[in-house]
Amino acid sequence: MPTADTETKGPGATSDHPSGDDRFELLDKAMRRGRYGQDQLIEVLHVAQEVFGYLSEDLLLYVARALRLPPSRVYGVATFYHLFTFDPPGDHSATVCTGTACFVKGANDVVDALAREHRVAPGSTTEDGRFTLKTARCLGSCGMAPVVVVDGEVRGHLHADAAIDEVAARLATTDDRDSEEAV
Amino acid sequence: MSLTPPRPGGPRPNVPVILDGEEVLAFDGETILDLARRLGSPIPTLCYLDGLSVHGGCRLCVVEVNGDNRLPLACATPVSSEMDIRTDTSSLRDHRRRVIELLFAEGNHICASCVSSGACELQDLAAENDVDHIHYALEFPRIDVDATHPKYVLDRERCVLCTRCVRVCDEVEGAHVWDIAQRGSQSTLVAELGKPWGDATSCTWCGKCVLVCPTGALSFKGRSTGEMRHDPDVIAFLARLRDEGEWIDREEPAP
Repeated sequence: MPTADTETKGPGATSDHPSGDDRFELLDKAMRRGRYGQDQLIEVLHVAQEVFGYLSEDLLLYVARALRLPPSRVYGVATFYHLFTFDPPGDHSATVCTGTACFVKGANDVVDALAREHRVAPGSTTEDGRFTLKTARCLGSCGMAPVVVVDGEVRGHLHADAAIDEVAARLATTDDRDSEEAV
Repeated sequence: MSLTPPRPGGPRPNVPVILDGEEVLAFDGETILDLARRLGSPIPTLCYLDGLSVHGGCRLCVVEVNGDNRLPLACATPVSSEMDIRTDTSSLRDHRRRVIELLFAEGNHICASCVSSGACELQDLAAENDVDHIHYALEFPRIDVDATHPKYVLDRERCVLCTRCVRVCDEVEGAHVWDIAQRGSQSTLVAELGKPWGDATSCTWCGKCVLVCPTGALSFKGRSTGEMRHDPDVIAFLARLRDEGEWIDREEPAP
């Protein structure tokens, strides 16, 4: 998840970094902290994903060069773990918990409803890049089942219809262009 | 982890172990596989290759120690005093047969159309271990063939993920073009960032990965059915020359 701080700075923001992109500075800082140790790879990839939102090919190459690791090793490690994503996330996201308690309370209906409403498969982003639907195993808030994390905010007792409304509201807030379509 | 030949005047075997009911002496730190091979007792292997590091992924070289149910890997387990090692029991044979069957079920191993048929380690293992049919449902995965390299072809359908090519490229050639991406049943051999092999700029075209491949997954371009011959033993030779400093110019005066 991109933090609010990094989201405001896009490519082209003024920066001391040779790339002109401030976000690389955060990544460099993390690698410096680990003394560019090759065993810091997973840690560094986490920071890279947090800062950039996803791991692009250029980003993986940048990390590989900096840590002096073969690109195939970096790619192998990054693809091994489910937490790393290689596609840009949508502007908004909903993560539906599919743990046992949420499953009993109808998490699958929530996933199906959101997938149908926005014509998107779980784990992917809509074609216009505005909404990402994800699933997760137990988030540890079983008392609030079914749980959906909407734009990083944990919402409990969110059944299918409520989830659709909630996501629609999020899509409407920051976008004037096609807010009517979204609602 | 190459086989250590006994040298005159060198250390003598002094670890007493029992190998298939026979009392023998092993070198200190010798692996069970090295011991068994030195004494002419065959243990089937697939991912293991002399001259490369130990991967321990194929699980074919498992043996029984002290009648324990857990099966240690012969290639990765050093001998210790008073070990009672069995390399060929009915349950081990059964286990190995299952491993080989699973390897066949996981890929698309069609010998009749394979470049390596007749000189394939997987085929040989199946024959030696009486695998005459597969008990598991075949997966028939849809996997792409990568023929983008001008000299070599990678057919992932025949890949058993032994990582010999990954290791030889990293440890002997020093290029590390290959690695394994994804996980579990999705695991796949990739060049660089999942790129076509032909676009991999770090590949030196040395062909050692092709030489060590136990199946027809890596082959020379232009070979037809049954025409491919690998040469994995060349790596032990190269590793020995490297360890002995054969390529260091000894004429050069010391600085």
